[in-house]
Amino acid sequence: MKIVILGCGRVGATLANMMDRAGHQVSVIDYSSEAFQRLDPDFKGETILGNGVDEDILIRAGIKDADAFAAVTNGDNRNIMASQIAKEIFHVKKVVCRIYDPIRERTYHELGLETFCPTTIGAQMLAEALLGEPAAAKAAQQDEKQ
Amino acid sequence: MYIIIGGGGDIGYYLTKTLLNQGHEVLLLEKDATRYQALSEELGEAVVRGDACEARVMEDAGVKRADVVIAVTGEDDDNLVICQMAKRRFNVNRTIARLNNPKHEKIFQKLGIDITVSPTKAILSLIEAEIPTTRFVPLMKLRRAGLDFVELRIPAESPTIGKTLREINLPRNSNLALIVRNNQPIIPNADTVIEEDDEIFALVSPEGEDAIRKAFGALG
Repeated sequence: MKIVILGCGRVGATLANMMDRAGHQVSVIDYSSEAFQRLDPDFKGETILGNGVDEDILIRAGIKDADAFAAVTNGDNRNIMASQIAKEIFHVKKVVCRIYDPIRERTYHELGLETFCPTTIGAQMLAEALLGEPAAAKAAQQDEKQ
Repeated sequence: MYIIIGGGGDIGYYLTKTLLNQGHEVLLLEKDATRYQALSEELGEAVVRGDACEARVMEDAGVKRADVVIAVTGEDDDNLVICQMAKRRFNVNRTIARLNNPKHEKIFQKLGIDITVSPTKAILSLIEAEIPTTRFVPLMKLRRAGLDFVELRIPAESPTIGKTLREINLPRNSNLALIVRNNQPIIPNADTVIEEDDEIFALVSPEGEDAIRKAFGALG
């Protein structure tokens, strides 16, 4: 599979290394060249320096014939915009977007974006660790009602 | 009208001031504490500290009764999210976004932002209009009418020179609004004769643009 990953932070780099080792064709975009140091020394994929909401940069990363796109920069809005460009302009089949803000995540999920909110998921896991599974599920339900 | 503006840079500041002077109810949102302080000394309660991308901030700002939301931060992704949240989550009727990268116009329109304003593109158009070799300049998009406002300059080799507008085959859905000749405005009618170097201002549908360029021989 051809995969474009936007953001080479801890999550982006880990994901890129994983996909690369699994034999996929990976391109990683980041605006800081230092970020690419997080990649394995034997990383075989491509690294592209630049702004991920710039169509030219996405094209250079091979978005036109990519099978999947993941947006995992630190900026929610940058992830949202880049994912929508990947989906609406380049028609990438699988687009996943990380959004830290739970409210924003819910809105874009309703708009049809495949979203992923580490805040909600992390908090749920911590609640489970603290309270045990049934009590944590109950607390999560109450929180959702609010 | 109740207008919410996201981003208190220079554009946001002057926009707020002007709209307040015109008698509108305006709320400016600025997330940076220092910048907010400076703005609030002059604008008082018209400016609130907060990030216009945040749903709670927008709710507190009364976004549900806003007639227009304008996003003028220096980041296109922020402007996109401000407008999309306003439109899709809070059903704001009109959203206007500043584009820093003119190439983003297409994606913003596709994603339902009502109006985009690109200072970069506006300056480029002005420069193009000043270069005599440029024969065709798109000046403005009238989105709701589905028309473009364009400027054409009649080149010496144009087949239309000496002809009346009646004799020229103009595309449907196009309308010549004005001719400027020797710095004089002329409101054209069917008997107006085209001359070399006439500047023609026309309203034309996007499909008719090529036809009108061909009709006047303004291909450059």
